[in-house]
Amino acid sequence: MIISIASGKGGTGKTTIATSLALAVSNIQFIDCDVEEPNSRIFLKPTIENSQEVNILFPEVDIESCTFCGKCAEFCQFNAISVLEDNVLIFKELCHYCGGCKIVCPNDAISESKRSIGKIEMGNLNGIEFIDGALTVSYPTPTPVIKQMKSYISKELDTIIDSPPGTACPMVESVENSDFCILVTEPTPFGLNDLKLAIDVAEKMNIRYGVIINQSDIGDNKVKEFCSKKGIEILLEIPYSRKIAEGYSRGENLISVIPEYESKFKNLYKKIQKIINSERVSSY
Amino acid sequence: MKELVVISGKGGTGKTTITASFASLAENKVMCDCDVDAANLFLLLNPTILEEEEIRFSKVANINEEECNKCGICEENCRFKAISDFKVDPIKCEGCGVCELVCPLDAISLESFTSGKIFTTTTKYGPFFYAKLNPGAGNTGRLATEIRNRAFNLANENGSDLVIIDGSPGIGCPVIASITGTDIALVVTEPTLSGEHDLERIIKLTEYFRVKTFVCINKFDINPEITKRIEKYCQSKGHMVAGKIPYNPVVTEAMTKGFPVVEFVDNEVTDEIKKIWGLLLKEVVSPEEL
Repeated sequence: MIISIASGKGGTGKTTIATSLALAVSNIQFIDCDVEEPNSRIFLKPTIENSQEVNILFPEVDIESCTFCGKCAEFCQFNAISVLEDNVLIFKELCHYCGGCKIVCPNDAISESKRSIGKIEMGNLNGIEFIDGALTVSYPTPTPVIKQMKSYISKELDTIIDSPPGTACPMVESVENSDFCILVTEPTPFGLNDLKLAIDVAEKMNIRYGVIINQSDIGDNKVKEFCSKKGIEILLEIPYSRKIAEGYSRGENLISVIPEYESKFKNLYKKIQKIINSERVSSY
Repeated sequence: MKELVVISGKGGTGKTTITASFASLAENKVMCDCDVDAANLFLLLNPTILEEEEIRFSKVANINEEECNKCGICEENCRFKAISDFKVDPIKCEGCGVCELVCPLDAISLESFTSGKIFTTTTKYGPFFYAKLNPGAGNTGRLATEIRNRAFNLANENGSDLVIIDGSPGIGCPVIASITGTDIALVVTEPTLSGEHDLERIIKLTEYFRVKTFVCINKFDINPEITKRIEKYCQSKGHMVAGKIPYNPVVTEAMTKGFPVVEFVDNEVTDEIKKIWGLLLKEVVSPEEL
């Protein structure tokens, strides 16, 4: 079973929910897919045992063999190549490493070499198998890092995935193949707007989802009204607390700040298991 | 004319709250929201839409079943694992065109599709551009660039002094597209271990692109110790902490009512935002003075 935690809007509490769930359940795999800003290890404090580079194939032009015909630049859908009179520039900020320029070059002037765009680390804590990854600053594409981490999804253990914010490719890559997606929001116009966007993605990808409202007593009632109108289950509400905010600032997990949340997250897990299982039965 | 971008690394630190307040405080400017996959600034600027335009620069491969002889060369060459069983998964396809290039039967073509909309609008604060991305669509960097270009061109035509850009969280494509070539970046952070960690990564990025960087610490009183550490860090890197905003629930209240906070209330929060704006304005007008 794969449970992903996503949100649309950033800073709503994805990592708080994901790490609390992992700590409450234990005996689980945890993957932090927010490779642009990975923060879950701050709260889980795993012992790192392994690391590996994430390599991509990056094109290089051999200027001696290049005739400056411009076919590579013409082919590149991402405008990552600029052919000048006597030089060719390849912009790493735009390249998607598709390999097309190498294939299209009539003079075999383009070769590819491995380049590291990030790093994955794996570790452990009290029965939680931990994986996170960090995109190297100045590279634009988090998806290869996310893909590589997801290739380690456990066959024995259930997996919790902490997704990056937003609703574009990094989020899609992270939540893909999830059995259930927890969408974390806050009861504000920003929270509601971005929740709707995240729901659109979950529905388009046919992923079952439910909502957690964080800081549930701030803002207004519109998130709740929206959910009840659409028949969306509100899995959990977490009221604002200065104690939680201060604990968070120091890297303390919600469960260690307010221990009563442990049983709430255990119940949340059971609830999600039940939803997934009932769906499996009903689909026969 | 100058471009000011508001970014954060970590999400939810208050970028849009600050941007909307700048929109209210600044004169003779154009605004745009480059957080294309979770745009929120329009909720505070209350725009009247003048033009709505479909964006069609995303492409996806399509295999013509009748012409395909299932040789599998496309699947072999696709680096995104988007082809299996001689079908293209539109979510995985990056629209690179390699399959079209390698297909010996010309059975594959790249097709444009609508990945969202760009809105040209007017607000009581001035012209404003934003986008709505279709669920799960890609190409956010390109879209952010497109929106920025429109704001930039209009500002040039109108003789505006400034473009204010609301950025997205993270350090990836849309963020890089939002900050490259801008004059000033204001990084909004918070005094939490996560905020601190993400601040260091986003500052590496602004330094890489050589954008003059200012930092604003939001909710600074949540953890005075980390606030001090962030101030020290910024000082060591030569970036000015332009201001420290205290935590105050009125910020959420203003957002809920749909106002930039500086128009909603007069208190220590808005005093600080005005102070930050004053500092940045000096930078916009005459950078030598700082």
